[in-house]
Amino acid sequence: MIPEPLKTELQSSIAHAVTRREAAVGVMKRLQSHYGWMTDEAVTEAAELLGLSPLQVEELATFYEMIYRRPVGPKVIHVCDSISCWSMGGETLLQQLEHHLEISAGGTTGDGAVTLLPCSCLGNCGNAPAIMIGEQLHGPITVQQALDLVGRR
Amino acid sequence: MEQVLFRHNHPDRMVSLEEYRLEGGFEAWAKAVRAMSPDEVQQAVIDSGLRGRGGAGFPTGKKWSFVPRDLPGPRYLICNCDEMEPGTYKDRVLLEKNPYLLVEGMALAAYALQVNHAFIFIRRGYEQAAHNLRQAIDEARRAGLLGSNILAGGFSLELDLHQSAGRYICGEETALMNALEGLRANPRAKPPFPAIKGLWGQPTVVNNVETLANIPAIIERGPAWWKGLAAIPEAAGTKLFCISGHVQKTECIELPLGITLGEIIDGPCGGMRPGSSFKACIPGGASTPYFTSDHWQVAMDFDAVAKAGSRLGTGGIVVFDQNTCMVGATLNLIRFFARESCGWCTPCREGLPFVQHILERIEDGLGRPEDIDILREHVQRLNYAFCALAPGAMGPVEGLLRLFGDELDEHIAKGKCPFKGSRSH
Repeated sequence: MIPEPLKTELQSSIAHAVTRREAAVGVMKRLQSHYGWMTDEAVTEAAELLGLSPLQVEELATFYEMIYRRPVGPKVIHVCDSISCWSMGGETLLQQLEHHLEISAGGTTGDGAVTLLPCSCLGNCGNAPAIMIGEQLHGPITVQQALDLVGRR
Repeated sequence: MEQVLFRHNHPDRMVSLEEYRLEGGFEAWAKAVRAMSPDEVQQAVIDSGLRGRGGAGFPTGKKWSFVPRDLPGPRYLICNCDEMEPGTYKDRVLLEKNPYLLVEGMALAAYALQVNHAFIFIRRGYEQAAHNLRQAIDEARRAGLLGSNILAGGFSLELDLHQSAGRYICGEETALMNALEGLRANPRAKPPFPAIKGLWGQPTVVNNVETLANIPAIIERGPAWWKGLAAIPEAAGTKLFCISGHVQKTECIELPLGITLGEIIDGPCGGMRPGSSFKACIPGGASTPYFTSDHWQVAMDFDAVAKAGSRLGTGGIVVFDQNTCMVGATLNLIRFFARESCGWCTPCREGLPFVQHILERIEDGLGRPEDIDILREHVQRLNYAFCALAPGAMGPVEGLLRLFGDELDEHIAKGKCPFKGSRSH
């Protein structure tokens, strides 16, 4: 169950929209930040709020890169794997992060704290190689700096 | 060099509304809403020769003119800030530095189109830009520059911001409208075109951030002045080029349209990095065929770049040095497009992974001579896809075949990538 103030906040964003489902992505993002990921419960709650079926929410949730339908750690490192970062050593950065965090890309550390995800262009191409931790862009970045940012040095 | 988009910028922070207005900001808006008719605003944009800065380069005023003036019901304006084309970051920089320019440009466009409700669709990961925009919209509303009966001119406009959750296809204008409506962001069939039947079935114009941000200067200083900012008579205005890769300075810079590729790299980019020499570049974002040193003198404008076999696209220039494997670069690009395919149509959903597989095989030293023909065939076949994503994705493959055939052959003949181990990182 989501707390009443959050429910009120979501209902008011839905009321502001031209149609209820216009608010769908915003509602999913907000529920995700509440639960940490887009849980089954969140899918059902989003559906109720938006007047959709859970399946209609599911087809949106699975479409977007930044909606997680599986658990992630409180810290998610997104490593850009697109062309500008590739040209500046992005592949090596990802491999080094896998090595230091002892996980494969897509995985979460044993203590559940850090998730490592390769991702599409972050729009930080002039600062390659670039990463995003949470919603903060960083770059150009070394593996040690990235580990510092998630307290893993 | 005269600038219009970065004119108000401060090196380390966003300009304030007060500073923007002291430097002439919102004067074009006040002039239009008080003393110009919507048709006069549209005509100025037509006369300026402004072409869309999001990648396709379609004339903006002409796009506006397709909207029927007599249909009942609302009509909409959408600003496309789904800047997901790899190598492109101009809209982010523009909004981080000066979101007021977009607000003013959107107000002018909305007035010309008689739109009372406009949307900004911004990609994931642009939190600072979104934050700045929300602030700019709030301040503009409080200053009476947005809202109802703006500057007592009788015109009303609401601006809403939509933050996406990340998919490249959302930048395709019909997929964007589906995304905004809360539907899965697959592209729609055209016709009907958005100008007739767009958002919620109503007439809709979709324009890029940079396109809209140019409109205040066109209205304020006049279309002839604005057009004359370009380096060559065929071009109009300035362009934000965003540079990345193996040059000294990788920044977003405003330059006259029509400046040559060589002038950009040797000038504001400061040349190549130490130890690097120029091999090739992507001239306009991930979906544009490569340029080589043979293209050094090409004027960076829509028609000149097209004539030279590529596209100006978004102005995202990614520079590669002599140690870059062009098969590897193309594989990276195709992996992106295959992953970002929305899955709606078979040629794109199935074709791009197949092309990726062939490039992987070649890069891994397992390529076969007939692979070249298969790639060539797919450059043609993927034109049958539902939207422009797949043909765009094949742009770099086409460039690879045309410009780096020797490099492909060498991979296949030697049974390995000749560049393996040639880079230190």
